Amino acid sequence: MVNSRQFLTGSEVFVRAAIDSGAGFMFGYPITPASEILSGWINSGKKYLQTEDEIAAGFALCGAVLGGEKAFTATSGPGNILMQDGLSMAEGMRLPFVMVAAQRGGPSSGTVIYSQQEVILSCFGGNGEGMRFVYSPSNLSELYKFTRKAFNDAWHYRFPAIILTDGYLLKTKGVIDFAKIGEIKNISPRALVPKDSVVHWPNIYTFEEELYQEIKLAKDDFEKVAEDIADCESYQTDKADILLVAHGIVGAAAKEAVDELRKKGINAGLFRPITLRPLARKKLDKIAGQESVKKIVVVESSLGQLARIIRDQIAPEICAEFAYMQYPGLGIETEAIVDFVAGLRVVSGEI
Amino acid sequence: MNDNNQNSPSKFCAGCGHPIVLLALGKTLEEMGLSKQAVLGLDIGCSLLAINFLPINTFHTHHGRVSPTMVGFKKARQDSICLGYTGDGGAYAIGLQSLLHSAKRDEPITVLVVNNTVYAMTGGQTAPTTLKGQKTITDPDGCKNAPILGPELMRQVADPKAFLARTAVNDIKQAREFIKKAIETQQAGHFSLIEFLSFCPTNWRTKGQETLEYLENLKKVFKIGVI
Repeated sequence: MVNSRQFLTGSEVFVRAAIDSGAGFMFGYPITPASEILSGWINSGKKYLQTEDEIAAGFALCGAVLGGEKAFTATSGPGNILMQDGLSMAEGMRLPFVMVAAQRGGPSSGTVIYSQQEVILSCFGGNGEGMRFVYSPSNLSELYKFTRKAFNDAWHYRFPAIILTDGYLLKTKGVIDFAKIGEIKNISPRALVPKDSVVHWPNIYTFEEELYQEIKLAKDDFEKVAEDIADCESYQTDKADILLVAHGIVGAAAKEAVDELRKKGINAGLFRPITLRPLARKKLDKIAGQESVKKIVVVESSLGQLARIIRDQIAPEICAEFAYMQYPGLGIETEAIVDFVAGLRVVSGEI
Repeated sequence: MNDNNQNSPSKFCAGCGHPIVLLALGKTLEEMGLSKQAVLGLDIGCSLLAINFLPINTFHTHHGRVSPTMVGFKKARQDSICLGYTGDGGAYAIGLQSLLHSAKRDEPITVLVVNNTVYAMTGGQTAPTTLKGQKTITDPDGCKNAPILGPELMRQVADPKAFLARTAVNDIKQAREFIKKAIETQQAGHFSLIEFLSFCPTNWRTKGQETLEYLENLKKVFKIGVI
């Protein structure tokens, strides 16, 4: 019997999750830091195609899911930009397009390990409205769990699903206990282009009204499922004065920072969105709307991409002041968050 | 997904060559008993208007992206007959990288390229197949360079067993022969591509006999036959 506790890298965890999800095919183009997913998938003996670029990987993925194959791709940075072409088709035709976006520093070729600069691109890239599920895991165990969930949600609800991570988490090697995650049932794929009947399936329309109807239908469906999909972690938020908001691995550092701040007598809490699309806005409003909350501190490895989403989605009547800790493309450690929050309180004269 | 245009009339311009290619395809599939297995992916441009022309499965892709989409579809469903339908711009300009690599990897798909030497739907701009000296919206003084010869270019990278050919819409018999051969090549596990020299009286600004003469003239530059 296999030990349920295993010592794995993030890339290995993802590959295991994709296999356990019943995925049968990967399309990909090499790019750091997502390449280990492609090589790990190949080494596991699964079917794959190394395409000529990310555009081809994205469209081949669209073709495969139209044919009924549970398939996926993995990319990063400049590759994520090219992938938006296929993602846009997937969004337009409601295809279960599953992708790992392993963020790297940008703009341009940038760096390859630590960044949260592909948030807006992953959530809203393309010439559409961002009707896609975006999960931002903060550790290896969540990477596994939400990859499994991404495949299920994509095939169940028929929206593209993106696992938004980064080079840091994919290269992190740690112990993951599969027994603790428990059993997850898979949603079966089905042939979207049927074998026994004829469909003519457009993604371009003659009349504005036709397109509008399609968008409206997708919007209604997206809003309907948002309640089921939206997920977050609320940590020590009850009657908190300072509400930290952070996602992904920065969220993990922020969680530790909450403990450290509380040791210093600062009443901090954390709202950590696990899904960035759709956002758990009701939960956010409930937490941020508490009378105790004086400041909402958005911490991220970007110049405000998470902040834009939070400010856009939070109820307008919530009047807590915003503060921003932004280090685009830099690692953010617990100590830095503690110092930043402690500093804020000194500046504003509070204690 | 919808079928809302199923019974509406063809949207191609009067005198367009597309319906001829599509009818040749439809009849050949029917004759081969493959209409049910056939899946016709459509590039964007005039090709997109083929969405409801034949009683077979069709879907739109994006401009230049029909070949990678059909490559993916074929991976998922190997018993299907995967057909990519595109214009010369989608094939040899924006989609060339994917087309070349599909040929290079000998992907078992069939690409049908309708070559009318212009970007027709967008109003007659210069295409990769525009003839040297041909006047277009974007080359009002005439195109300065020779056209890309698609099947000949593919031959440089394709497997020897790949079927690459060029025909014209005024030779239906040959068009159907080539379509049959291309599908058989896909069934044998190899790449196939047919370029159809086609009419575009709207952008050529030709009438009746002139259109036919224009097409015949193209054959001097674009060699007809198996490449």
